Amino acid sequence: MDTTRSLFLPPQASTVAPDVDALFNFLLWMSVAFFALIMTLTVIFVVKYRRRGAATLTPGLHHNTALEMTWIVIPLILVGIIFVWGFRSFMAQNVVPKDAMEIKVSGQKWFWSFTYPDGLVMIDTLVVPAGKPIRLLMSSQDVIHSFFVPDFRIKRDVLPNRYTIAWFEAPKPGNHNLFCAEYCGKEHSGMIGEVRVLGEREYAQWLETAAFAGEGMAPEEYGAKLYVSKTCVTCHSNDGKAGTGPTFVGRFGKEVALQKGGAVLMDENYIRESILNPQAKVAAGYQPVMPTFQGLLKAHEVDALVAFIKSLNPSTGQ
Amino acid sequence: MDTLRPAQNYLNEPRGWKSWLFTLDHKRIGIMYLAAILLAFLLGGIFALIVRLELLRPGADLMSADTYNKMFTLHGAIMIFLFIIPSIPAALGNFALPLMIGARDVAFPRLNLASWWVYVAGTIIALYSIFAGAVDTGWTFYTPYSTQTTTAVISMTFAAFVLGFSSIFTGINFIVTVHKLRAPGMTWFKMPLFVWALYATAIIQVLATPVLGITLLLLIFERLFAIGIFDPAMGGDPVLYQHFFWFYSHPAVYIMILPGMGIMSELVATFARKTIFGYRFVAFSSVAIALIGFLVWGHHMFTSGQSEAASMVFSALTFLVGIPSAVKIFNWLTTLYKGQISFETPMLYALWFLCTFTIGGLTGIFLGALVVDVHLHDTYFVVAHFHYVMMGGTVMAFLGGIHYWWPKMFGRMYSEFWGRIAAVLVFVGFNGTFFPQFVMGAQGMPRRYFDYVPEYGTMHAASTVGSWIMTLGFLIMATYLIASFWRGKPAGNNPWGALSLEWTTTSPPPPHNFDSQPVVTHGPHDYDKIIAPSTLAGR
Ligand code: HEM
Ligand SMILES: [Cu+2]
Repeated sequence: MDTTRSLFLPPQASTVAPDVDALFNFLLWMSVAFFALIMTLTVIFVVKYRRRGAATLTPGLHHNTALEMTWIVIPLILVGIIFVWGFRSFMAQNVVPKDAMEIKVSGQKWFWSFTYPDGLVMIDTLVVPAGKPIRLLMSSQDVIHSFFVPDFRIKRDVLPNRYTIAWFEAPKPGNHNLFCAEYCGKEHSGMIGEVRVLGEREYAQWLETAAFAGEGMAPEEYGAKLYVSKTCVTCHSNDGKAGTGPTFVGRFGKEVALQKGGAVLMDENYIRESILNPQAKVAAGYQPVMPTFQGLLKAHEVDALVAFIKSLNPSTGQ
Repeated sequence: MDTLRPAQNYLNEPRGWKSWLFTLDHKRIGIMYLAAILLAFLLGGIFALIVRLELLRPGADLMSADTYNKMFTLHGAIMIFLFIIPSIPAALGNFALPLMIGARDVAFPRLNLASWWVYVAGTIIALYSIFAGAVDTGWTFYTPYSTQTTTAVISMTFAAFVLGFSSIFTGINFIVTVHKLRAPGMTWFKMPLFVWALYATAIIQVLATPVLGITLLLLIFERLFAIGIFDPAMGGDPVLYQHFFWFYSHPAVYIMILPGMGIMSELVATFARKTIFGYRFVAFSSVAIALIGFLVWGHHMFTSGQSEAASMVFSALTFLVGIPSAVKIFNWLTTLYKGQISFETPMLYALWFLCTFTIGGLTGIFLGALVVDVHLHDTYFVVAHFHYVMMGGTVMAFLGGIHYWWPKMFGRMYSEFWGRIAAVLVFVGFNGTFFPQFVMGAQGMPRRYFDYVPEYGTMHAASTVGSWIMTLGFLIMATYLIASFWRGKPAGNNPWGALSLEWTTTSPPPPHNFDSQPVVTHGPHDYDKIIAPSTLAGR
């Protein structure tokens, strides 16, 4: 059982989380106290002064300046404290440590991509070393998204026309949910990623293997992994059902009717074009919502995906 | 049986449906508004139940993500624009305000009727949009999503634009009515607190609504003519929309809550038989809230990338605007002290308000504290917070108000027994629905999610079960209120023994409100000086 988790708050997994939780818990107990006070008085008054028999006059009790000043001044002092506390931690949360490693984050419908300093691109999974501050330079390719990791207590909108910045440092290894917190359309709730915090050695190892991912695997096998990890699966099924986009099953080598009219043969080139320039030839009956994967997939990854899609064709039986 | 019901009253004189649809009588317009608004509440409630049912378990159960997104958008848009904004002012306010200040009608009866027709027109456009593909943007219509989606955004925003005018018309009417038509002897400080609250609300309606209108028009222009205002793809600025939108919509939450606070004051004073403790403070705090409320919109945007300095100022002002609300709670509480409290249905809702609105207010402090809001923003914590304010506050007060003025509106009592049962079910169901949302929100559950990771399952299931309990309460309420038309006992002029003017005329009132011009000699809540005769048996 994680001791940093409580009824209200998820585990604390970043350096700022304890600070945020301290204020949250202060607010929680203060609220409980005020609520208890108000409810106790209400119940006492309601029981003690319930109406018995006919109404009579209760003269006086119009107001009492001292009492009224008390209940203005005490809350004022309390909210003053809360304001200063909340603002100071907020500023601390906004100052990025100098030695932070920078990762470029891009949000688009409906996945996240992360570009590392050496050009490595990850989709929906952000892998970082423990104990090192990470600076996220974020922007969106389409509408507004929001980068939210509850365990880190960070959230920052990701906007289409400018950069926003967030940072965190996770002291310990572990896996954490990454949510999109700004409504962004159909698969908004599927725009879930993961932040994987690794120890220093595991991280170095991971970097090694990530660069050579797919080596020694059959292309369609690697393609099947990319199909999931690069999020094609959110919109394209591998069981024949239509989703936001057409299924991959049984399409290869057939004619595809186009939205603009006409048709095109689904061959290797059409698949490649649909991945890198999806708006060029949209299949009839579907919205032009697919984002481009230009720059997100390497040449051999596109090859692997093509091989995978071909393998889903029962008739050609690849 | 009907001896206490005057033979001729505003309900049966004149007759015929045309005499209703084209009436200039504020009471009839209030009743027509009430009917329309309750239908909107029913529709919005059905969408809410569908949303909750889908969320009962993780995964896709009933519908696709697309449909879900339309369901919660329609729920939010209907509840905000068609239900809660007009609810208390246009329905109960229209009926009660002129009676409470001893006037024959509002200052501009024709404008009042126009306001209702504009509301109906806006509603028809909104219903049309539902059939023309509905909307999936959330009721906030954030750009650039709303400029890009293919759903019926133009007609739905146009509906909200049109509805804004009905709100402005009501506001103008109330301001002038309060200034010009008070009965002889009714000084500003002899006005019932409900009237003060409607007056403060009217100021916001008139000053803030045009900004929403302009914003929505700009959005429509952007979609129609591809003018780049908000969408960066056309050279616009997406965050600008949020500033415009919240410049209206934050004050709008005070359009929603202030009238509810006004009803609270009437209920607490009447059923505790005490003068409101600190009347002047309660009155002025309504106006203070209305004014400071214009300066806090940025607290919806702490994570949007706005400057830290701006966030700091908005956070500070947010805390300031909370103080007058807190003080009102203490004032109502103190009014109970040494009172003679009775527990008819309206008073139960006042007690619920005291409990649930307090929770809504306290959780608002969490959201005002910058660093904590970063974690809570756009999670279910926020969904729970605004439901505790809007439903736990405004709707509880609205229900209290309906039960309070029902005998005056229709001259008959509803079943007190069933009234209390429904009140308890609504209270239990409400907390069952929304309290678990605080927990899952703080745990990180984002809002507007069609599907969720399994760890939030328990809280979602609890919340859905709560919504069924609440529904049962509302069904019972609908039944006994409708039954009261036939089976209700005659109410008499003043069932609660209240002191404000509307209780001095007959129930239902005659078309011209009062048989002779009332003259005000005492304050509306002077229960320390006067005992009003109650017509309710056994009291
Ligand atoms: C006075 C009555 C109510 C008002 C004014 C109201 C208002 C709202 C608003 C403004 C939203 C945000 C919509 C959005 O995110 O775009 C919302 C969301 C929601 N409401 Fe209500 N509501 C009311 C009653 C109810 C009831 C009775 C239920 C349940 C039975 C309910 C369930 C929900 C749920 C589940 C959501 C979350 C949708 C999401 O994921 O964002 N509401 N409500
Ligand atoms: Cu998103």
